[in-house]
Order: sequence, then C-alpha cells, then structure tokens
Amino acid sequence: MNFSLARASLIAEADLVGIAGERAVCDPRGVLYFPDLRLLAVSDLHLEKGSSLARRGTLIPPYDTGATLLRLQAVISDYHPSIVITLGDSFHDGGGAERMHASFRERLEALISGRDWFWVAGNHDPDAPADLPGETVRELAIGSLLFRHEPSKQRVEGEIAGHLHPCARIVQRGRSVRRRCFAGDGGRMIMPAFGAYTGSLNVLDRAYAGLFRLDTLMAYMLGTDRIFAISRSMLRPG
Amino acid sequence: MAKPVERTRECLSPQVGTGTTEQRPRSPFVPILLGDCPPSRYLWRVTEQLRLAEQNATVALPEPFIRWFGEKGWSPRAHQIELLAKAQAGLSVLLIAPTGAGKTLAGFMPSLTELANRPRRKPGQAHRGIHTLYISPLKALAVDIERNLGKPVEEIGLPVTIETRTGDTPAHKRQRQKLVPPDILLTTPEQLALLIAAPDARRFFEDLRYVVLDELHSLVTSKRGHLLALGLARLRSYVPSLQTIGLSATVAEPDDLRRWLVGQNPPGAMAGLITVAGGAKPNISILDSEQHVPWSGHSARYAIPEIYEAIKRHRTTILFVNTRSQAELLFQELWRANEDSLPIALHHGSLDVGQRRRVEKAMGENALRAIVATSTLDLGIDWGDVDLVVHVGAPKGASRLAQRIGRANHRMDEPSKAILIPANRFEVLECRAALDANYLGAQDTPPLITGALDVLSQHVLGVACGAPFDADLLFEEVRGAAPYAGLARETFDRVVDFVATGGYALKNYERYARIRKTVDGLWRVSHPRIAQQYRLNVGTIVEMPELNVRYVRQGRGMAGRGGPVLGKIEEYFAETLRPGDNFLFAGKVLRFEGIRENECVVSNGAGANIIVPSYAGGKFPLSTYLADQVRGMLADSDRWQALPEQVADWLRLQKERSVLPKRGDLLVETFPRGNRHYMVAYPFEGRLAHQTLGMLLTRRLERANARPLGFVATDYSLAVWALDDVAALFKAKKPSLAALFDEDMLGDDLEAWLNDSWMLKRTFRTCAVIAGLIEKRYPGQEKSGRQVTVSADLIYDVLRSHEPDHILLQATRTDAAAGLLDVSRLAEMLSRVRGRIMHKHLEQISPLAVPIMLEIGKESVNGGANESLLMEAADLVEEAMGQR
Repeated sequence: MNFSLARASLIAEADLVGIAGERAVCDPRGVLYFPDLRLLAVSDLHLEKGSSLARRGTLIPPYDTGATLLRLQAVISDYHPSIVITLGDSFHDGGGAERMHASFRERLEALISGRDWFWVAGNHDPDAPADLPGETVRELAIGSLLFRHEPSKQRVEGEIAGHLHPCARIVQRGRSVRRRCFAGDGGRMIMPAFGAYTGSLNVLDRAYAGLFRLDTLMAYMLGTDRIFAISRSMLRPG
Repeated sequence: MAKPVERTRECLSPQVGTGTTEQRPRSPFVPILLGDCPPSRYLWRVTEQLRLAEQNATVALPEPFIRWFGEKGWSPRAHQIELLAKAQAGLSVLLIAPTGAGKTLAGFMPSLTELANRPRRKPGQAHRGIHTLYISPLKALAVDIERNLGKPVEEIGLPVTIETRTGDTPAHKRQRQKLVPPDILLTTPEQLALLIAAPDARRFFEDLRYVVLDELHSLVTSKRGHLLALGLARLRSYVPSLQTIGLSATVAEPDDLRRWLVGQNPPGAMAGLITVAGGAKPNISILDSEQHVPWSGHSARYAIPEIYEAIKRHRTTILFVNTRSQAELLFQELWRANEDSLPIALHHGSLDVGQRRRVEKAMGENALRAIVATSTLDLGIDWGDVDLVVHVGAPKGASRLAQRIGRANHRMDEPSKAILIPANRFEVLECRAALDANYLGAQDTPPLITGALDVLSQHVLGVACGAPFDADLLFEEVRGAAPYAGLARETFDRVVDFVATGGYALKNYERYARIRKTVDGLWRVSHPRIAQQYRLNVGTIVEMPELNVRYVRQGRGMAGRGGPVLGKIEEYFAETLRPGDNFLFAGKVLRFEGIRENECVVSNGAGANIIVPSYAGGKFPLSTYLADQVRGMLADSDRWQALPEQVADWLRLQKERSVLPKRGDLLVETFPRGNRHYMVAYPFEGRLAHQTLGMLLTRRLERANARPLGFVATDYSLAVWALDDVAALFKAKKPSLAALFDEDMLGDDLEAWLNDSWMLKRTFRTCAVIAGLIEKRYPGQEKSGRQVTVSADLIYDVLRSHEPDHILLQATRTDAAAGLLDVSRLAEMLSRVRGRIMHKHLEQISPLAVPIMLEIGKESVNGGANESLLMEAADLVEEAMGQR
C-alpha cells in the first residue's frame, strides 16, 4: 500500500496523456498505464525472436526472452496492475510459446497469476500461446478504449494499438537522436515495441499515413528515465 | 643519363646466365630505349652486379629471359636475381624495396622462370592447377598487374596464362577458371577465402608453387591480414613445400613480416630478406608561407595561392590530404583559384567507382595537371609523370610520408620532389619532425597485432564449408599463421563452439547448430544453406552504413528520378541534413532534397552556408615516433631555427608567458576564462588516446565534484573545462594532479565508461558481422545499414547484461582498446609521465593553449549528451506552446 502511494505521487498530473478522455501514463520503459483502470498495456513483446532466427542459422544470443521478461516484471511490480493487456505479436512466431525455456515459462506464469491477462492476437501469433494462462482475444473494448494489434484503417477514437513499432528522430545541434516512442494525437495511441530484439519504424513513414490528425500528433520519445514529448514539426524522417 | 647505359652493357655477366651466354645479343640500341621507357625499373647497377657475381653463381635464368633483357637493352636488377636465387633454393623471401624498384617483376621472376621450363601439357592430359597465386589489397592493383605483367610475358614468349579473379569477375569466367585454372591467378584476400571455402579447394591448389603477396606492409596490419594469414596456413596444409614471396615498402620491423610469410608452428622460422636501399633522397620542403599560419583548423586555406602557383610550375602534381572532407574542401578552394582552368581532379574512396576510374585513366594519360587525393591513392598503382607531391596537413607518420612522396617520379634513381603544407601551427612542428625523420630514414609503421577472434570464427566456418575438419589438426594449422601463433587451445575450442551454436552459456541452440561433430570425429556443415550464407558474408571490411548520393535536376525535389550516382555518403551525416541544406560532395555544392530508401537525393546547390560532410574513417592518429619528435622539438630551442619565424615566435612567447615541457614531461596548464576553469594538457599522443583520456578525466573530475562541463581533444592536446576551480582542487590535493592522471583510471573507470560507449557498440557490430553472427547481406537482398545497426545494438545490450564474458564481447573489447580508444598508447603515456607532470597555473590562456581553445564549440562531445538534446527539443516545444 505504501508502495502504490509512492507510485501515485510519482505520477504527476502533467505527465498524464489524454486518450479519448482516459488519462494514461506513458512510461519511459515503453508501457502504458491507466491509473484509473489499474490497467497496464504492453505491445509487441516478440518473445523467442532469438530462437526463431536461430532456426534459420543466425545464432544471436538466446537471452532476449529473459531480458524482455525481466523488464516486464519490473514494470508490473511497480504498478501492480489488475489488468494486463499485451497488444499482439507477443511471440515472434506460432511455435514460440512451445520453444520457450521452462524457466522463462515459469516466470511468465508467475506474472500472469493473480490478475486478468489478455493476449491480443497479432500477425506473428494469431493463435493462443500454447499452454499459457490468460485469455486470447482479437480485440478488447474497455470503457471508451479499444485495444487491438493493428491500427484500424479508419479513424477510431480511443484506439490503442501496436504493430508498427514507432520511433521518432530529431536533430539538434547537428546531431541526430533516434528513440522508440509512443505516437498519439489525443484520439488514438500507437505503442512502441517492448521486446528486446524489436526494431522500429519512423512515425513519419508512409505506413502511418492517415492514422493521425497531423496538427495534434505528438511523439512521446523514450528517454532513460523520462518521456520527451516532441511535436510533429520537430520530427525528421529516416 | 648516359652513364647507366654504359653500365648495362656490362651487366649481362655470364654468371647470371644458364650457359647460353654466347648466343646472348648485346644491346645495340640502348640509348634510344633509355629515352622513352622506364628503364630504371629494370636497371641493375654495376656495383651490385659485381657483388652478386662474386657471391652467387647458381641462378638459373632461362634463355628467353636473357634474350628479352638483351633486346630491351636492360638487365635484371641485383635484387631480382637475388630473389630468384633464394626462391630457386627453396626459400620464401621478403623483398623490401622503395617504389619504382621493379618489385613486381622481381616477385614474379621465380614463377615465370619455372613456368618457362615446364613441359607443355599434352592434349588429353588433365588441366593443371594454379601455379602462382598473386594477392593484392586492391582490385585495381590486380588489374594493373595483369596489364603490366602480360606485356613482358608476351614479349618473352612464355606459355603462361594470367587471369584476375575479383568481386567483379563474371560468374561464367569464375566457373571456367575452376575447370581450366590459369597458371597465374591475380586476386584479393577475400577471393582466397572464398576459394578455400569451396569443396574443390584442395584440387584447385594442389599444384600451387608460389604465393606472391603485394603491398604486404599494408595487408598485415589489418583484419584482412589475419584472414589472409589463415588462408595461407590452409594453403600450406595442401602444399607443405609452398613458397611465399612478400613485396613490401620499408617497415619498422622487417622480422615481423619475415615470420608472417612462413609457417609458425613451431614458431620462429623466417623468410629470407632482401632489402633494396632507397634511391635518391627526396627533395622535401615545408611551405614557409608569406601568410599568417592559422592557430587551428585543417583547411590550409591560407596557402591556396601558393599551392596553386606550385601546380602551375610543375607538370603533374598529386595533392595528398588525410581525410575525405579535407579533399573536398581543398578541391573546392583550388578551383576557386583556378584562373587558368587547369585540369584539376578529385579522387577519394566515397566517389562513384566510374568517376574514380575516369580520373585514374586521365592521370595515366597525363591529361591532368593536379589531383587531390586521400589514402585511396597510397598504394602502388603506377601513375603517369608526377613531378610534385604536395602534402596538405600533417602526414601523421614518417613512413606514410615516405610512401606518399614515393608517388612522385615513380623511378627510384631520381629524387622525388615534395612540399609539405602544415594547416596550423602544431602541424608545422609535426611536418618538421616528419621531414627530419624522412632524411634519417626512420620508420614508424604500426606494429602487428594478435589475430582477431572474429576473423578466426569466419575462417573456421569457411574451412568447414570446404571440407569436414578435424579440430586437432585445424588447431595446429591455425597456429602456423603468424598472428595466431600464440593461440590457446581453450580459446580455439571456444571459437569452434561459437561457430557451431553461438557459444552461449545457455545451451539453447544445439538443435540449430551450423556445424556438427559427426561420428567420425570430423566437424561438418549441417546444412548447404550455411555454406551459401557464408559465401555472401565473407571478408573483414564492414562499411559504415552508407547511402548513394543520387543527383536529380533542380526544382524536381524528391520527385526527380534517374540522375547519376555521385558516390556514397555516410548515413549518419545524411541524417543530420534538412531539405534545402547545401553541402560539399564530389567537388560540387549540392542541395539536399531528402532520403529515399537507400538513396540521398540531391540537386544543384548554391549559397554561403555550405556544410562539409565528415567521415568516420580516415583519421590517422599521430604516430608515437612523430609525437616523441615533436615533444623533443618543443623542449629544444636550438631546433626552432628550422621553423618558420612566426612559429618560432609563438614558442618563444609560450616560454615567456608559461613554460615549455621537457621532452619526457607532461605539461598541464590551468587558467580561468569567462566563468569557467580550464585545464589543458599536452600529451601529443594522438586524438584517439586523448579522447579516451578526456572521457576518463571528466568522470574523475565529476567524482571530485569539480563539475566538469566538457572536453575537446586534438592530436596534440586536450582541454577540459569545469565550473569549479580545478587548480584549487589540485593544490588542496582533492585530488592531486598526479592522482588524477594515475594509471588506475584504466581499471574500473575505463570499464564503466566502455560499457555504455557508442564506440564499443560500433566495434561490436563490426565483430558480429565478421564473425558471422549477423549477416552482411541476405541472399538476393542487401540488408540496409539501419537494420543491421539497430539489431547489432540490441544484441550488444542483451549479450552484455546476460553474458559479459562471451567470446564476441572479448573480441570487441580487444578491438576497441587497440583501435578507436587507443588504450595501449594511453597506458604507455600515463606510465611514462608518472612523477613527471608539470602543473602551471596561469591568470590567462597561454599561447600554446590557443589552438585547442579554438576547437571548443566546433565539435561536441559524444557522451551522455543525447538526453540533453532531447530535453532541448522538448523544451522548445513547450516554449512554443506557451506551457512554461
């Protein structure tokens, strides 16, 4: 109880971002937390990406699942959410959950237990993960919010999505800084990818065309321990 | 010119021949030939010849050679005969000779004489394998040699086939080469690696007699050299009697190269050595400008009128600079001064290949008056009649200067002429030191380094792609390669484990192993796809991500299409440009239109605010030797007489206002300026070592609560500035200056800083690509730099936190310490100055400190500053939106 009080005091009113009337914290670790709903959203975990690539001969370190879970564990123990939604592509491929090392599986199960856990289906993992608790859904509506993997083509107020792995880039003093980011226009929010091996795509790329009201689009770039809200006019492509 | 003619007549002594001397024609038309061909390359001085005649009567020079030399009115040079004699006695040989000494012909003499005597292949007999392999660092050099060697071979009438095999060789020709191998194959280290990784490698090479290694001095100091050494070890396992012939410019430690050329298991054997003394001493001068020599900067703009006059006075001038950006700037400035529209060209590694070839061709045809060039022209391609070398900026090393000056008058008997143009005052000192060294014949080529483990990983996979291997035998073979002579078995086994499954402590990938040990005890590739991937990723040159520069018509913006590609530009530079920005590239002012896929789209630009791209590569650090010489010059006021008056005045003023350090001492000045406190140190250890030192000192000052704000480093000195009075801290011994510069900074501080350093990430990416952990390219599709960069960084982060002792991280740290950070040099310096740090507190800036103080603000410190840039951007937004 003490802890959540401390946490609550950390959430300053100014750091809250409005999405279709709901207030949310854009955490610099790349998760979205709705204090009023005690709901935590995280997107594109891409668990077991390492072993997925290893199958094709690229033997990158097998520690991505462990690293991703460790970070997830940290945010969950900070916020103590009662609801967790993972916004799709939670596993890099359909066989990921099966391949996962037993120790990782245990850690994941421990995180899931005691709360409502929703696996939103993604393009990488259209089916429910093998032998894991939690409910698999296409999309999920809670209050004025709609959680899904791929953002809808038409404008949907209150939509929280992933899939695109947004990042943003600025140039200051002749130097370029590129970071993962949340991208939002007040009505819709696209979340950064959370997985340890996930790449990213600039919010100015044509893949985002038509998704946002350009006049209110903000990139909430992830810093080491804070978020930097950058307006569209400051952003650079590439 | 008449004298050598007389000598050549005497040169064809009977001792050299094969007993057919009576048929040997004398050279009746010598005087004519000497006028229009480069005879000095083949001439043999009479004194050398006599010495040789006494010592060595056992050389077998076949009759057609003697006839050819005679017809040409030439005779073989002493070193050519000596090399032939050693080779015929079964030895491997290192030939060290200056440019223009006829090295190439010497290198091929053993092969050509042997091939001349070889019985012809009878019809129906199987094709023979390669007889001689020639390896050069440059594709262009291989092509050049094919032309230059082809001519004498044809004239002598030798039944010898010569072919090149490079990345540009068409597939059908490569296939044909496998079926009908040429006698002499001219190629590069990467192609050798590919040939070894092919299943028919042993058959292809089983008749191999000689490997000729050109420009060996430049090959051995890099990872390419490691790959090549491993390749040679493999060839030796096919043909134990294999002989190598190394051709090299003068180096500091010839014995290193002699060992490199022969098997080192057991260690110690050395190739024979032939050294050809340099020809005439070059005529080098330092520009003593009428103009004011600047305090800092690298443009040498002040000297443009004088450089231009020098170009006008000479037939053809090569202007060497140290970086591509300097090349662009100098080229631009020269054309601004070029009232006579002299043909002046530009040549550097980022330009489009087609353009480079056109410039090289024009050069060969003597159609140019001047060419501005970077190190791409350092190596021994034969140029036309260059009669002047201008070196703009300091040469950074005595040996490098000697090699570059050798470009003028590509004949060793005539003196080369060169002018050094220092770009600032410290460079005047450096140029002077380099010039003195050049006259002394001092050498400061870099030492060889221990074989890299990422390269070994690549080789192990390559060997497996060729044929199944036995780990014990391969280990012994690898230890035969000089860079790996000290390799421990445990390390080798870890490399094999890495190649197989990634070598992770978490044994998760056994089922995806790339190579597997089968029941017969041999390691085999587990899938044909692995060999295919290997072939696409072979090599040790990992480029920085680059974008093509595509030129479109003005006014079309990003919609423009189809213009020519001007060259390549580093992605990180293109990322800092805004549409409409003007920048200098390929000698043109270009307007940046935008980035489209892997292309940077540009149009004609103009305007005053022109940006010059900076390039990560190509910055040579000041050699240890020159640094010591410069320190010596500072300490000895007698030597100032050799310096231009304004520079000597500057040093005198420094002596008056502050102090000049003794040769072995480190001077540290402190002074207040504005509301900051500055500390300037003068180690002269080169920019990389200074940068590392700057990072570490800043960390320490932070811990001492001196509130340091930043630092800047040059080749000569280092400045740190802080909010607190650092001089007062030193006085109070909180910490003392000696403690601040203590060697223990290379322990925990270095470790802690390294782990977050972008330099380590960049190095890791290179190691990971070379080791085959991440791919350079996918079959049929080039992976863009962006994707490689991102994933390499992510992999680095994950690996570092989960398995910090992984073999690839070890390789990365070793590389970074030697390369980007120059830790070894820093360590030597710190140990050298222990107890010899001289602190001088001043009320104001000293004359010696002016150059570095002018650098402040020109470049930013790359540290944790990224967050503050984000902060600035975020604040700007808030300001604009009136939230604060």
